[in-house]
Amino acid sequence: MTRARAVLAPTRRSAPEALVAPPGQLTRGRATGQPTRREGPAKLTGEAKYADDLVFPGAWYGLTIRSTEAHARLLAVKKDPDVDWSSAVVVTAADIPGQNIVALKEADQPVLVPVGGEIQHHAEPIALLAAPDRETLRRLRDHVQVETEKLPAIFDPLASDHVFAKYRIERGDVARGLDEADFILEGEYRVGHQEQLYIENNAMIAVPEADGAVTVHGSMQCPYYVHGALMKAMALEPKAARVVQAETGGGFGGKEEYPSILAIHAALLARAAGKPVRMIYDRHEDLAATTKRHPAIVRHRTGVSKDGTLVAQDIDVVMDGGAYSTLTPVVLSRGALHAGGPYRCPNVRIIARATRTNTPPNGAFRGFGAPQTEFAAETQMNRLAEAIGLSPLEIRLRNVYQIGDTTPTGQVLKESVAGEEVLRLAAEAAEFEPLRGRTARARADRRGTLVPSGPLRTDAERTASGIGLALAWHGAGFTGSGEVHLASVVSVELTKEARIRVLIASTEMGQGTNTIFPMMVGEALGVSADAVEMAPVDTAFVPNSGPTVASRTAMVVGGLCIQAARRLRETVEARNGGKPFAEVYRADAAANGATRIDQQFEPYPGEPFDDATYTGDAYPAFGWAAAVAAVDVDLDSGEVHVRDVVAADDVGKVIHQVLCEGQVEGGTLQSVGYATIEEIKLDDGRYLNDRLATYLIPTALDAPRISTILVEAPYSGAPHGAKGVGELPMDVAAPAVVAAIHDAVGVWIPDLPATPEKIMAALHPATPGARPAAS
Amino acid sequence: MTAFRFLVNGAPAEVNAPGMRRLLDVLREDLGLTGTKEGCGEGECGACAVLLDGQLVDACLVPVCQVEGGIVRTVEGLSSRATGAGALDDLQVAFLEAGAAQCGICTPGMLMAARAYLDGRGGPDEDAIREAIAGNLCRCTGYTKIVDAIARVAGANG
Repeated sequence: MTRARAVLAPTRRSAPEALVAPPGQLTRGRATGQPTRREGPAKLTGEAKYADDLVFPGAWYGLTIRSTEAHARLLAVKKDPDVDWSSAVVVTAADIPGQNIVALKEADQPVLVPVGGEIQHHAEPIALLAAPDRETLRRLRDHVQVETEKLPAIFDPLASDHVFAKYRIERGDVARGLDEADFILEGEYRVGHQEQLYIENNAMIAVPEADGAVTVHGSMQCPYYVHGALMKAMALEPKAARVVQAETGGGFGGKEEYPSILAIHAALLARAAGKPVRMIYDRHEDLAATTKRHPAIVRHRTGVSKDGTLVAQDIDVVMDGGAYSTLTPVVLSRGALHAGGPYRCPNVRIIARATRTNTPPNGAFRGFGAPQTEFAAETQMNRLAEAIGLSPLEIRLRNVYQIGDTTPTGQVLKESVAGEEVLRLAAEAAEFEPLRGRTARARADRRGTLVPSGPLRTDAERTASGIGLALAWHGAGFTGSGEVHLASVVSVELTKEARIRVLIASTEMGQGTNTIFPMMVGEALGVSADAVEMAPVDTAFVPNSGPTVASRTAMVVGGLCIQAARRLRETVEARNGGKPFAEVYRADAAANGATRIDQQFEPYPGEPFDDATYTGDAYPAFGWAAAVAAVDVDLDSGEVHVRDVVAADDVGKVIHQVLCEGQVEGGTLQSVGYATIEEIKLDDGRYLNDRLATYLIPTALDAPRISTILVEAPYSGAPHGAKGVGELPMDVAAPAVVAAIHDAVGVWIPDLPATPEKIMAALHPATPGARPAAS
Repeated sequence: MTAFRFLVNGAPAEVNAPGMRRLLDVLREDLGLTGTKEGCGEGECGACAVLLDGQLVDACLVPVCQVEGGIVRTVEGLSSRATGAGALDDLQVAFLEAGAAQCGICTPGMLMAARAYLDGRGGPDEDAIREAIAGNLCRCTGYTKIVDAIARVAGANG
């Protein structure tokens, strides 16, 4: 076992004597000696080319004709005969050369709804239109006539009998455990849709090539998903479909599967027009039509003994998949596997299902099912602590997984377990227990002495402060047998010009791929990171290193690149009498030409995961995260201001201090937004919050000060020990915020987001809908 | 179509365009300055923020007819005083070193908001900096490192 250690970090660049903080202290700022973001200067000067910045002379503009109903039969798509269509193309399902399927897990989602087929959700693509200029496009769009026959729609995932996926995880005897428990607590938790809200909308440009081939340039996380989808729908050979990633302005899962359908749409129009076609979504279309985080309903029945030891967890998870399967089975799987939280419990039953509703398909979003179920698990844990009179910290310390414990799938945690470490570090840095004592006294003082709301109350009197704690685990890399099935390949090459190149399909979308891979490979080769180039992400050149998802890039793809680099180093050094690679690689390239090492994934050690029984090692390792949130709640309005979050995250190995902190800070704020303001309401299956004016994300003023503690409990199965960082912080801040709201005002908000309306309703249950007085 | 004349990053520009054409489209499509980004097209996100006569504006909300005779500054003009290829000004360097740019799509607008704040003699106070960039949405960073980067420059200038 390797003991976790907190990363040493410089605090201020200008104070060299204080460059290193003691272990476990807050880290913030620049790590001396580490390279800055590789594509940073291009992004900071405006030179970086995102999809919409690319110029293709003669390109046409494309758009999508979408359904305005949630469930209907498509009877006809007609072009208005009174309009001149000579300078435009219209594409329907009948024009698809290959299969009318967006290739992913299940073959259920059509590229375009065929005439005679069923529209399954609002904003579903029905036809495509392209024209040489935007004015013509706008003018013609209303002349594509769609005839439909409305069908009854289902919007309640609990009422739907169309099940996309279901899992059952069982360990011990839950009924007996509940019988033997001293105390049983039940709870129901609900979370709604959440939009990824990358600031760059989805965008794709297709360029028709000779012999029906096509090249697409766009914003994406997973070039080979797009490649596979293009091949299937356009009936193309592998080499005839080429996918090039443009600079990508954020993804967060929202550009995992969605770019596939957009690329097909652009390719269909480009083929019909014989011109490059630009498909650049505006924000309204992106919000209305693309995937969101799955809403979920999670029910818990938990048994504990008098001392707070968990003895039984009975958990039921239902997710709303939306109209098509997309990645729902995998999202549900991760959600189910994390549903118990990071706690040992001898008797566990987790039953999970995802069903179809007539709403736009839900898909990948940072955390991938875990934020939903861990919000429920952590809020349940905080309510348990309250019910039996333990502190939220103490109940977790008594139950958090330790080395040697067994998870509900029977996975024995042999190493890299840092739940207690992150918990203690976050609680200590945030002064959780002392502050909790103070807020409890303030709450007691307020009780019974509340001045009626209104102008008589001072700002101090109307503000209640609270502090909350949560803990999470996040399985590193793909779930179960995912990596084995992917069988990713990376290449590291010494070219004949003596350039060192990394060839991977893993994308840079802000998280730092372009910066950390040269660091990892450079270190393995004994050369500086600056000497290592990243090949452009273009399926014509780079091998399939798998999708840029599941926080797997640094851990899995990074590990493969290190292995490839080590082999390259051995090869070159063996040819040169054992002299160091750095000294001989230029001469070696001149003498021997190019040397390219391909490295394919081999299974991590451990018990194979059985997809049929849901037993075995669900993940090679887990990351661990704790968050302490401090909030102010306005007692007159119910408004929540999250003031501070202290986040302690164990990522196995910090490759780049600043970038790693950036992941924790960004993920923490997305989780705070999830807890407080990010909400989508639906009317007849249509998102009402389909503009940035109505779907709110935190601004700099809404955002708390976020302090990060990075912890390293390395995973021995990866050559560098890294376990990934991207998703981990997304799991944990939301339940910490809801706990802090409870600490402030004494009410639990079991459904996210914790809006002012819900808080006021919980505070004043006798007067539902009562408006708070003006203040 | 009307001819409009104004200065962009110190150089004279003349475009023939309908008066209601968005400054954003004029910059990106007519003048080829694609550093300014479109995030929402309705003034919510600030990705298209530029300086017009020293004021921070969303270029998606400004018709070109209002720019006649004006002085426009975009991200491409930030480092005009610096020299050499890929040269960065003090604010850009601070963003780079602090890790204030991740995906980079909000960065041009964020830099312009920060520039306006610094040009207005804004100091290193965190709350004031947060207020100054409150019209610019970032989904990657949690804002912490952006605030740090601006404070670093404001502190050095002060």
